[in-house]
Amino acid sequence: MLAGAFRDLLPIVLVIAFFQVAVVRQPFPDLGNVLIGFVLVVIGLALFIQGLETALFPIGEAMADALARKGSPVALFAFAFCLGFGTTVAEPALIAVTGEAAKIASAAGVIGADTDAMQSYAFQLRMTVALSVGFALVVGVLRILMGWPIQYLIIGGYLVVMALTQFAPEDIVGIAYDSGGVTTSTITVPLVTALGVGLASAIRGRNPIIDGFGLIAFASLSPMIFVLLFGILV
Amino acid sequence: MQLILHLLNTTLSTLVDVAPIVAILAAFQFIVIRKPPPNLGRMMVGFIYVLAGLTLFLVGLEQALFPVGETMAAQLTDPKFLYGDAHKFQAGFQPFWWDYAWVYAFAAAIGFATTIAEPSLIAVAIKAEQISGGAIKANGLRIAVAIGVAVGVSLGTFRIVTGTPLPYYIMIGYMVVVLQTFWASKEIIPLAYDSGGVTTSTVTVPVLAALGLGLASTIPGRSPLIDGFGLIAFASLFPIMAVMGYASIGNFVRRRVRVNASGENLNKDIDPELEERQ
Repeated sequence: MLAGAFRDLLPIVLVIAFFQVAVVRQPFPDLGNVLIGFVLVVIGLALFIQGLETALFPIGEAMADALARKGSPVALFAFAFCLGFGTTVAEPALIAVTGEAAKIASAAGVIGADTDAMQSYAFQLRMTVALSVGFALVVGVLRILMGWPIQYLIIGGYLVVMALTQFAPEDIVGIAYDSGGVTTSTITVPLVTALGVGLASAIRGRNPIIDGFGLIAFASLSPMIFVLLFGILV
Repeated sequence: MQLILHLLNTTLSTLVDVAPIVAILAAFQFIVIRKPPPNLGRMMVGFIYVLAGLTLFLVGLEQALFPVGETMAAQLTDPKFLYGDAHKFQAGFQPFWWDYAWVYAFAAAIGFATTIAEPSLIAVAIKAEQISGGAIKANGLRIAVAIGVAVGVSLGTFRIVTGTPLPYYIMIGYMVVVLQTFWASKEIIPLAYDSGGVTTSTVTVPVLAALGLGLASTIPGRSPLIDGFGLIAFASLFPIMAVMGYASIGNFVRRRVRVNASGENLNKDIDPELEERQ
């Protein structure tokens, strides 16, 4: 287990060592601390993967199965929405990005330069993204229930992103495009993956590999659309 | 001592991050499903593994990787490193894109390496191998995604250096994804789309952010607030292409092997795209 985690981290060590020694040609700062940190990372990754198999995957799949058996789509949609919204709204990466976005908006003169205006802008943006992820998981679950092919929905989403980019203020485009990537955290991804796979396995006529994956794709695409809209409207 | 304090602090913030997830899971379990999940005890132990693992992982990264990654990003984008001295770098000076070759190389290498270590990608790859019955290899998928991130991030730093508009790159990328989708087998499409979202989390984002910020704040005419963004978008888009490409190459190789084994004329099958279009 530890050996596997060590192997996963080896590329980082090699890259950093190579650039430090061959390119930047600086002595390694604080080697002792770096080594301790590396040991912690290896142990942490090994524990996380162990927990993945014993907790996150089974929880996600068991809940998907139980909700599918209940036969109530409303409960399923509510669960999907809560999972998307709840895991995104407190996501530290998102809080950091929305804070930066408020600075940009303030520098561009969209909002005032005072902290109040910036905080409320950042908060609204964060809510927008969290709502969009909740909405995305509902659409993704609906797709699994109906067995729709994913590509039409995603390509449709791409077209919407391209169209909105034409109308959105230039400053928000970078943040909007990045916001898709920062919403899916380390605990959310396994849970959401297990939810999709569990649903596709529980519903007759659905194939787990074709219908089960794809929820994360929706969760990364929809914040782009919502943030672009936010930029156009605010 | 400081390490222990840091550990406690991070444990606390991990708990705060996880609290809403646990609350939602518990609420639906007790109010909607109304029966305890199977193997509750085992799951609790597993959840503790997840929390402890994530905490150690984060503390270790902050101790080992992030300072080095950030220093390195700053050093590689420093005009002193690039040109020997800083005074060349005054207002109006436009850098030649090739001067930043080491930055592109570093972006690609660190993008690849951090993606291999990304826990959420490991999770998706394990699941994909399980349910495909081994037809999709977890390590093959992870390497394909990492190559995608490497190419994407490298191109993203090139964009910051040259100051070309982000939407052009993303739109061309979308077109490539759409074209690939028409040719890809339908088993790989959802997984490929998912792989875009899972690549950028705990390990990759902080290092990329430092790199983007370092570049955008040293090159004249780039604003760190505006041009510093966009690297994550590249890192989310290119893995989609890489995974579909990986699957197409896999199909192509398998077909070649089959044709060889049955002793048929090889030339007939030499262009897989042509064949699929017919």
